[in-house]
Amino acid sequence: MKLIVLFSAVIFVLAGCGATQPPPLYYYGDYPATVYQFFKSDEMTISEQIDEMKQVIEQSNNNDQRIAPGVHAHLGMLYFESGNPTEGEYHFMQEKRLFPESSHFIDFLLNQHKG
Amino acid sequence: MKTFKLSIIVIFSSFIFGCATTQAPSYNYTEFRQSDPLSILVLPPINNTTEVVAPYSIMAQVIAPISESGFYTLPVALVEQTFRNNGLTVANDIHALPKEKLREIFGADAALYLDIREYGTSYVIISSDTVVSVSATLVDLQTGAVIWQKAASASSAETRSNQNSGGLIGMLVIAAINQIAETVTDAGFNIAAITSNRLLSKNSVDGLLAGPRAREYVAPLAEK
Repeated sequence: MKLIVLFSAVIFVLAGCGATQPPPLYYYGDYPATVYQFFKSDEMTISEQIDEMKQVIEQSNNNDQRIAPGVHAHLGMLYFESGNPTEGEYHFMQEKRLFPESSHFIDFLLNQHKG
Repeated sequence: MKTFKLSIIVIFSSFIFGCATTQAPSYNYTEFRQSDPLSILVLPPINNTTEVVAPYSIMAQVIAPISESGFYTLPVALVEQTFRNNGLTVANDIHALPKEKLREIFGADAALYLDIREYGTSYVIISSDTVVSVSATLVDLQTGAVIWQKAASASSAETRSNQNSGGLIGMLVIAAINQIAETVTDAGFNIAAITSNRLLSKNSVDGLLAGPRAREYVAPLAEK
């Protein structure tokens, strides 16, 4: 009995040192890989990249995780590139709503697209 | 009863001494704390390698460790496009831009200047390793002061260290096969993720401080 008490104390201590990694702040999915593809620009079409980014957003909703900074902005840019400014603007506004730190840059981009 | 007391001692001493796995940071964070940035602008990295995709890969892989450290990472592709649309395609030119100009366009608190030292797979007789080494400097865009600096490296050899058996010929065969496999599956992109994490994560030794969006963020005293 005494040994069990001591044993569980040691295990308690060791377990405390082990895992307990906090969950990530955001969901990224294939966002970094899609950014990489965008830069390389020879393996995936813009519309394939749009589908990929839409999936990232959908998966983050399904997993109930917050979407990573930049995902909506990146998708918005892809929409602008594909000639769909309505969707582009919508996702730019989403980025601003979720991350007010982006407002300055997003406004600059929207002004450029309007000008 | 004695064992019980001993157990109590074991538990409490663990609280006092901690887990002893975290290395003490050696970096002086005074300026970083004072600057207290919310957002980080990643500038296109200077590429000192022959690998054309290196900057693309690094720009994509630094997003997660910066964001997970609690900062707003400006969307890297839009940043690169903005420079491109203004005729700036050379990283050296971009790194030389005045800080006020960067702040005016991007509205970011700090800019991250990256230098890619090594990137890619090389066949070096006994082993073919994919190595990615990057150094970083974080600059306050209001004051122009350097608030943090670090370099980090990762290699595919770290994860493959147990394969070196089977004599010299066996090793040579493995070296050739590794190179083919790592070139095809773009090992550089995967190793770049490890390098970026080691370089920037708030959980790495001398990494970024926890930013305002991190759980463990500590606001600086109100002297700012």
